[in-house]
Amino acid sequence: MSDIILEMKSITKEFPGVKALDNVSLKVKEGEIHALCGENGAGKSTLMKVLSGVYPHGTYSGEILFNGSSCAFKTIKDSEQLGIVIIHQELALVPYLSIAENIFLGNEQSRRGIINWHQTTMKTKELLAKVGLKENPDTKVGDIGVGKQQLVEIAKAFSKNVKLLILDEPTASLNERDSENLLQLMLEFKKQGISSIVISHKLNEIEKVADSITILRDGQSIETLSMKDSQVNEDRIIKGMVGRDLTHRYPDRSPNIHQTIFEVKKWNVYHPLHTHRKVIDEVDLHVRSGEIVGIAGLMGAGRTELAMSLFGRCYGKKITGQTFLRGEEVVLDGVDRAIGHGLAYVSEDRKDSGLILMEDIKTNITLASLKQICSRLVVNKNKEVQVAEEYRRKLNIKTPSVHQKAGLLSGGNQQKIVLSKWILSNPDLLILDEPTRGIDVGAKYEIYTIIDELARQGKGILMISSELPELLGMCDRIYCMNEGRITGEVTREEASQEVLMRYMTKRKESDHHAKSAGITAKAR
Amino acid sequence: MQSQLELPQKQDNHQELSVGQVIRKNMRQYTMIITLIVIMLLFQLLTDGLLLKPLNITNLILQNAHILVLAIGMVLVIITGHIDLSVGSVAAFVGAVSGIMIINHNVPTFLAIIISLLLGAAIGAWQGFWVAYVKIPAFIVTLAGMLIFRGLTMVALEGKSIAPYPDGFQAMSAGFIPDWLGGGSLHVTTMVIGFVLALLYVFNEWKARKNQISYGFDLQPVGLFIAKLAVIFIVLNLFAYVLATYEGIPNILVILGVLVLLYSFVTNQTTAGRHIYAIGGNEKAAQLSGIKTKKVTFWVFVNMGVLSALSGLLFAARLNAATPKAGNLFELDAIAACFIGGASAYGGIGTVAGAIIGGLVMGIMNNGMSLLGVGIDWQQGIKGFVLLAAVALDIYNKNKAA
Repeated sequence: MSDIILEMKSITKEFPGVKALDNVSLKVKEGEIHALCGENGAGKSTLMKVLSGVYPHGTYSGEILFNGSSCAFKTIKDSEQLGIVIIHQELALVPYLSIAENIFLGNEQSRRGIINWHQTTMKTKELLAKVGLKENPDTKVGDIGVGKQQLVEIAKAFSKNVKLLILDEPTASLNERDSENLLQLMLEFKKQGISSIVISHKLNEIEKVADSITILRDGQSIETLSMKDSQVNEDRIIKGMVGRDLTHRYPDRSPNIHQTIFEVKKWNVYHPLHTHRKVIDEVDLHVRSGEIVGIAGLMGAGRTELAMSLFGRCYGKKITGQTFLRGEEVVLDGVDRAIGHGLAYVSEDRKDSGLILMEDIKTNITLASLKQICSRLVVNKNKEVQVAEEYRRKLNIKTPSVHQKAGLLSGGNQQKIVLSKWILSNPDLLILDEPTRGIDVGAKYEIYTIIDELARQGKGILMISSELPELLGMCDRIYCMNEGRITGEVTREEASQEVLMRYMTKRKESDHHAKSAGITAKAR
Repeated sequence: MQSQLELPQKQDNHQELSVGQVIRKNMRQYTMIITLIVIMLLFQLLTDGLLLKPLNITNLILQNAHILVLAIGMVLVIITGHIDLSVGSVAAFVGAVSGIMIINHNVPTFLAIIISLLLGAAIGAWQGFWVAYVKIPAFIVTLAGMLIFRGLTMVALEGKSIAPYPDGFQAMSAGFIPDWLGGGSLHVTTMVIGFVLALLYVFNEWKARKNQISYGFDLQPVGLFIAKLAVIFIVLNLFAYVLATYEGIPNILVILGVLVLLYSFVTNQTTAGRHIYAIGGNEKAAQLSGIKTKKVTFWVFVNMGVLSALSGLLFAARLNAATPKAGNLFELDAIAACFIGGASAYGGIGTVAGAIIGGLVMGIMNNGMSLLGVGIDWQQGIKGFVLLAAVALDIYNKNKAA
């Protein structure tokens, strides 16, 4: 018993309408590296937020035992006091402050409010030595690379006398060499007796460092595997992550596919700020009339960036490549042009960039198609109401009136407003970015039916999703992306979660590891 | 679900909303109008009826027109989520330039006015460029503009006032429309215009209602509809009568009326208006809907520049002088008018009518307190409290609704 440092017993956490965690259990042994695996949305981050006190005691049910005693964290401070420190995927550092100031932020080395800079610098030096970072404590954090920033975060964790270190996707934004360093460092900590939990999509890395793995799926803990077991390899982990029942969650597709509507050739996009970084790399793809084409990929694979760069180049710099509509080359320079040529893009985050929450439903629906309800630039408000009513009925938007503010509706109904808006613009190609994110199961089915119906009408659908079952259930063809490139193309018949997952984690040919050599490089 | 995308059936049975529903829907507008009426009645009582005397009502219009003109432009800027602190200085600068042209160089009045308005547009374009395309916060750009154009005003006038303007120019702010229909102590033309406008209003509303019926929409209850028409019909005629018993309709009221109608129409009924609200409501969503956000923002500032210029001309005409002190604190009065009139500091919300009502609330308080003999010092303080109270009430209401 004494060698279990952390035990989480039957943790259940509900959000309005969604059960994010359902009876999850997790046991971490003292001094081990414990990996937490699962698809996007499986509940990994939620579980870690419960553990670190972001979701305070009382907002979830279940029990947390740390070193054998029960814990009830009210804030992050409480968990840090016991030595549980979480390092989030998005680093929480202030770029304008120095390394030393960041490390002791909120924990300043001071007496009666006056900071002891000498002590701060000395302690920072010690901590930096521990994590192997050779930088001056006075250097601004914004001036060092992401890899080094990660080390500063870890040094900050050490300043809090860490016993259990939690790393959420620590290598997601690191390059090969920095990742390798970080993994070595984790093994080093293990030798010093520090336990860690690591969340990662990069299964090869997990295989390298982890002692045991707990797999989450749909908010439930599926199994805990020991890496000492010779049976456990990447394929085994993937199987655990994806194995679920797929029946009757999607409308029956009987695709009626015609000629190619939209085609992209050799599409390259660079990051808008770091203009030397290639975000999209030589992408070729096409969508046919009546076809639902999926794009699978893990976070950061470049899916949204691809979609937005295609939609009137509203993302990225130095864009090169060709786009074709019905065989004719077009330049989609500007969102209005893209819309004019029959493209529509339903954005990933409807609250952030899809809807005007303070405006009413009708205004939102007609925003991209004002021309249709205008005569000589004057909006015909009666016609607008009529159009909005029509879509309310067609898409079954549950609202007392189209004069209601969009912000007051549920996620599913908001998504239907966004879909209405883009269906009204009468596009040939609809790009749907995570069309069912944050929507409950019943509404999801309705959204799927709408998508299916649109394809039936002969529109081309390009659907980005992090939920593999959704892609498998809906798509006629699926492209897989990783690191800005298309790494595979599979048809409905060939597709399975295992196949997709393999392509989604496939690295560039040149730095292919021996580990993943078993994966066939070409699309089958 | 199969039948979900069928063609819409024509709905031919409309129904009337209840009075309660209508009031709840238009709560925000009604509170503003009620506030205005309460303040009016309060000062009417406190000043023993001086406030609503024909002479004083005419004065109210003449005193506040330049601020109302600014408030119209400002509300558009605020709806897009920006602010313009430079309008007072721009007004002063354009006023100065007009004075130099007309008084010192004998440029024909009409030509000078056109050049002044174009100068305002150029200044607006200058500021709009930095805000929309370079993405410098409007607060900073227009703060710089406030200093730049105040400085230029003093340079242009060499620190002195110039006067007087020719009569034609003064008439813009001090004159009244002629009484073509002639006769006695009552300004008949004013009465006729008031009556015709009231008729036009009733006709318009009636047409809109008929239109709604043809679309099969829910309607306001007939009783309420008629009552509303009757009240507005009477108020318009009464207002015309009051003006007619003094000198008739001031020229400046004609300018103001045209602007209010024009900008209400643009913001409510046109795609340009939609784009402005959409940018303030959610710039990213607007951009992803094909709206040229930068271009629209740029033109909103150009528009503000033109209206600032107009305001400067009106003020110079009223004062009959171009002075370096002109336009001082105009920007704050205009901004306060917008916020009292229900505009949101975060953008996306606000109306031209609201800004006008907000401007009138400020104007009536100024005027009323002056009639009561309250000193300028206290007037400032009291207006500050009213602004804070109005916005606090607004936020409280919104939180309650959410």
